[in-house]
Amino acid sequence: MNKSIMIVGVGGQGTLLASRILGAALLDCGYDVKVSEVHGMSQRGGSVVTYVRWGEKVASPIIEKGEADIILAFEQLEAARWLEYLKPDGKIIVNTQQMDPMPVVMGAAEYPEGVIDAIRAAGADVETLDALPMAVEAGTAKAVNVVLIGAMAKNMADVDKEVWLKALRESVPAKFLDLNLKAFEMGYNN
Amino acid sequence: MKKLFLGNEAVARGLYEAGCRVVSSYPGTPSTEVTEFAATYDEIFSEWAPNEKVAMEVAFGASVAGARSFCAMKHVGLNVAADPLFTASYTGVNAGMVILVADDPGMHSSQNEQDSRHYAMGSKTMMLEPSDSAECLEYTKKAFELSEKFDTPVIIRLTTRVAHSRSVAPVEERVDNGLKAYEKNAQKYVMVPANAKKKHVVVEQRILDQIAYCENGADGLNTVEYNSKKIGVITSGICYQYAKEALGENASYLKLGCVYPLPVDMIKNFAAECETVYVIEELDDYIETHCRKYGVNVIGKDAFTLQGEYSQSLIAKVILGKDAEFMKADVNIVPRPPVLCAGCPHRGLFYALKQLNVTVSGDIGCYTLGFSQPLGMIDTVLCMGASVSALHGRNAADPENAKKSVAVIGDSTFIHSGVTGLINIAYNATDSVVIILDNSITGMTGHQQNPTTGKNIKGEPANAVSLEALAKAVGIQNVIVVDPYNLAETKEGIKQALEADGPAVVISRRPCALLKTVKHNPPLKVNADKCKSCKMCMKIGCPAISMKDGKAQIDFTQCLGCNVCSQLCKFGAIE
Repeated sequence: MNKSIMIVGVGGQGTLLASRILGAALLDCGYDVKVSEVHGMSQRGGSVVTYVRWGEKVASPIIEKGEADIILAFEQLEAARWLEYLKPDGKIIVNTQQMDPMPVVMGAAEYPEGVIDAIRAAGADVETLDALPMAVEAGTAKAVNVVLIGAMAKNMADVDKEVWLKALRESVPAKFLDLNLKAFEMGYNN
Repeated sequence: MKKLFLGNEAVARGLYEAGCRVVSSYPGTPSTEVTEFAATYDEIFSEWAPNEKVAMEVAFGASVAGARSFCAMKHVGLNVAADPLFTASYTGVNAGMVILVADDPGMHSSQNEQDSRHYAMGSKTMMLEPSDSAECLEYTKKAFELSEKFDTPVIIRLTTRVAHSRSVAPVEERVDNGLKAYEKNAQKYVMVPANAKKKHVVVEQRILDQIAYCENGADGLNTVEYNSKKIGVITSGICYQYAKEALGENASYLKLGCVYPLPVDMIKNFAAECETVYVIEELDDYIETHCRKYGVNVIGKDAFTLQGEYSQSLIAKVILGKDAEFMKADVNIVPRPPVLCAGCPHRGLFYALKQLNVTVSGDIGCYTLGFSQPLGMIDTVLCMGASVSALHGRNAADPENAKKSVAVIGDSTFIHSGVTGLINIAYNATDSVVIILDNSITGMTGHQQNPTTGKNIKGEPANAVSLEALAKAVGIQNVIVVDPYNLAETKEGIKQALEADGPAVVISRRPCALLKTVKHNPPLKVNADKCKSCKMCMKIGCPAISMKDGKAQIDFTQCLGCNVCSQLCKFGAIE
């Protein structure tokens, strides 16, 4: 049976790197893997989503409503936006960071209150973490994506931790490796 | 070693393995990465051309010279390159010539949803359509063989989901057969009427030969897979993957790797074997129309949409009547449209335009986002270069308009096709004001060099077009340069251009804030004691600024210290 993970967030948060590391780790485990990315206009601070699917043989690279085993959300509102894509028995991992979308910046809308509670009330299995301070502690706010990869890794029994670390080493520049390994551990041990 | 290839990366690998020697392209989502990856192979001469027409003509010249050649573009880029395409189909090639066109169903990053398969039919050019990265690599190599076999350019059509998905692709060594000898042959290469009439006969015969080849499976490009014959699916590209996911072995498949020309008997025979036959294709009813032309009864756009992307769940719903179960969070999901980045130099320019209350003829690039609120400063967007020519048209129709309207166009788009419009303004004399947003890079497609940046595709030093000298050379005497981080200077520069007699060019010059070479100031902070909550700083629509507990607040993870917001604060609260 094929499995699916969606990585959702705000353009610029580093969701693409997360999906690439996940793809590399799964391929290393011997699975057939497909990853679908968003480039171009949608990346400019908009809502972005990346799909990762794996199994013995994968046909479609995309995930539809009710199909994701895990959703990794880089931001609260994005978690709520994409919740429809989660399987009824799936798990959603949410970074509690809030980023105001333009209608909120302009004062045309309010950032909704109680997003996490609403996701839980919808019946989802939710895990939350506050990845931004962890990333800052690891060395840079930019490592939020790697903290979240760590949190995802903890929830994926079918990939060994060593495989994740290898994929991470092959995906980030050497001079930032220590910082990223630290960020990964913080998410993993959260 | 197994590796996940982006579809576009796999095409580039195919170019390398096929011994391709010359690649010329203009960037355009979702095609851009093919050429970026091609440029990583030293064996390939790769370049960013000023536009798609130039790129295709470069590929044509390289083919005539005896090198396997290639050009890539997005769907609307093929409109620009349509002129060489239709006649290159007549001349044919010397060494193989392959053209990649990437369509964007769902318009992730495009201004329309056109279906490039019509171009293959219109120009009578063979077209292949892969469905994953392995096929991207395989079909690219195949395309060169077919180009040489049938003496024709061959088009590879991708869609966004194939171009921008990663899957496994096996690799092989490069085979380079060297330059093929060039022989002068006016009947073949000089398309004057007398020669072209004879070549048209050749083209029509070529299509018949290609159809015969396709009827026999086109060396594995067209495949039949029989499972349950209750449902038959005729499909190609990414839709094949969606159909397989949705229907698995509950359907039989005719997968068309070659979408022009299409086989006739192969389709008839497949349809005769199956109870109900669906054509599953995104965008237009291209394969469906072909089936109907030959009396094959299929279900196509009666059941499926002409718009947007398809998916496995859409197919499951239409054919199997299956609805997905899903949960929903009971909160107000505020939309999150794309915005100009924090620190984007275009923001200051659009704010200055807003203060001047002008009409803005817009163009294609990141700055198209200047249309959205709270800036809301673009009135029209059509296609590459149209900002300049359409402004001239407006001003020709209504000369009063010239004093209160401008065109905005990026540096790369200006070189692509804005310069011709500017020549028209100078020659046919309207008092038009053209603002070139020079951010020293092609931004929207992800930072490609262009003829104004002083670097080539590999980042090596190259000739840089001087926009000032170019504007003057075509006859625009009034050229003003402003820094869009300086609101007063920018507003004053544009005002001068509008008030002066004659046409003017304003160059709004500041590199893209995301360029690695750009140094940033430390993030700004709001002094809550000084903040009077007037929300002036919110008027520029910077994603780093928000109101928290009644006071403005700046997100330190996003702010690049551009200081545009601080110029708006009357209370000196932004430090």
